[in-house]
Amino acid sequence: MSESNVILKVDAIETYYGQICALRDVSFEVHDKQIVTLLGGNGAGKSTTLKTISNIEPCRVGKITFFGEDITTMPPHKIVELGLIHIPEGRRIFKDLTVRENLELGGFTRRGDDKKRDLMIDEVFCRFPRLRERHAQLGGTLSGGEQQMLAVGRGLMAEPKLLMLDEPSMGLAPLLVAEIASIIRDLNNEGIPILLVEQNSKMALGLADYGYVLETGEITLEGPASELIKDPKVVKAYLGIE
Amino acid sequence: MFSPGEIILQQTVNGLILGCFYALISLGYTMVYGIVRLLNFAHGDIYMVGAFVGFFVFGALAAITGTGWLSIILAMVAAMFLCGVLGFLIQRFAYRPLLDAPRLSLLITAIGVSLILQNAMMILTNGEFKFFNHSVNPRAGISLGNVTITWIQMVLLGITAVLLISLTWFVSKTIWGKAMRAISMDRPTCRLMGINVNTIIGITFFIGSALAAVAGVMACVYYGNVHYFMGYIMGMKAFTAAVIGGIGSIPGAMLGGLLLGLLEAGGTQVLGSSWKDVFAFGILIIMLIFKPTGLLGKTEVERM
Repeated sequence: MSESNVILKVDAIETYYGQICALRDVSFEVHDKQIVTLLGGNGAGKSTTLKTISNIEPCRVGKITFFGEDITTMPPHKIVELGLIHIPEGRRIFKDLTVRENLELGGFTRRGDDKKRDLMIDEVFCRFPRLRERHAQLGGTLSGGEQQMLAVGRGLMAEPKLLMLDEPSMGLAPLLVAEIASIIRDLNNEGIPILLVEQNSKMALGLADYGYVLETGEITLEGPASELIKDPKVVKAYLGIE
Repeated sequence: MFSPGEIILQQTVNGLILGCFYALISLGYTMVYGIVRLLNFAHGDIYMVGAFVGFFVFGALAAITGTGWLSIILAMVAAMFLCGVLGFLIQRFAYRPLLDAPRLSLLITAIGVSLILQNAMMILTNGEFKFFNHSVNPRAGISLGNVTITWIQMVLLGITAVLLISLTWFVSKTIWGKAMRAISMDRPTCRLMGINVNTIIGITFFIGSALAAVAGVMACVYYGNVHYFMGYIMGMKAFTAAVIGGIGSIPGAMLGGLLLGLLEAGGTQVLGSSWKDVFAFGILIIMLIFKPTGLLGKTEVERM
């Protein structure tokens, strides 16, 4: 692929928690229209990578560019304004706010245009009819699957140019995992590039165009998803099939 | 002689007025606690500074706009604005650098800020009582039997009601208010929504301090004098009110403030006014033992 359609470029970043090195020399790219996945076990540094891109955790070494713009030290709210949207691990729904209020806050960077906001909320409700039924309920009363839909809907409110999803399948029943997967595919088909972090490697590789494997803070393997899924190391370590 | 009914009426009015002071000040406590988990012990001193700003502005205006309500209201608006800015600046320079530090550092800083404000004002005013000489008749009002509800009391109740209703509207209906509530639930996630958390924290300090300043100017009008140490006990009482209502809860602070005012007025009637503070802090201790989350506070429930 050509350089020109690189949306997100992560270049040799290092992140530390105190003295402990959580990411070492991590580099990867997300291209236009792609689904890229980061695989790895617990504590491999997948969530840390996303947090570093969003600048929730500071990047100590390296450079991150989004549509050619250096965002390495940009404040998190500015990064969101650029359309780089991070849906965090564990959904992190505002439990004491209603479903509708959660969505409104998702559109915080587009505030001031109430008509457009209502239109976009309606769009989310069309995509996830169950959220419309529950629009006045508190976020904390939703089921896990509904919360994940709300988290995605809340992310869409900011009009993402790249959506980063952290463990969207976590804690969900298999049927719901399949539903989330089809949602991710739909979003990508509508033109939103996606950076997907997953422990459910089977689901992730089924969706992704390209994948990277993280182990203890370093990228140890990368390739097209169709090849990774056949790679003996990946099969053994992450797919759990002999 | 007062009949029992008149005593109850009189003490209810007294309690409501006192409750207005507590409610206005405890809102700042509870909003700041909600958003940054800081017990801002300098907040009572913001109330004191508000009273002095009101006193000085009123003094300066007396020759131009007289010593009646117009000057009082102008002094109140000036005090709101200046204390709002003061609260914002304290937040910006004293608290923000410590937001990710252990909570104890913040708490000690707040106590330090409190001492600075008190001592600065003591130097500025030579530690004297200052008398707020307005020309509003403090006894005029509506009489019901032996009980008189004065115009001053009614205006103070009216101002408080307008402010409490506006604040409720702001917090529940505007995007800024919603962001404020969201930050009190989950600050890191708010960053991912594109919310500039520092701006919202600044707004919160501005609003809380402005409300305390209103209470300060109300104290000028109602009690007629101001003193550099007046914020200390008021801050403690407002803190008590915030705990009664459930610290972090905005309706809780309003309810807790009014309730503490009424209880204190009732307690004073029964036990005598020298027991006033003992009574209020007794309630605080009982509350902390039996219902530390307060009347409207919530216990954390985690759900995956």
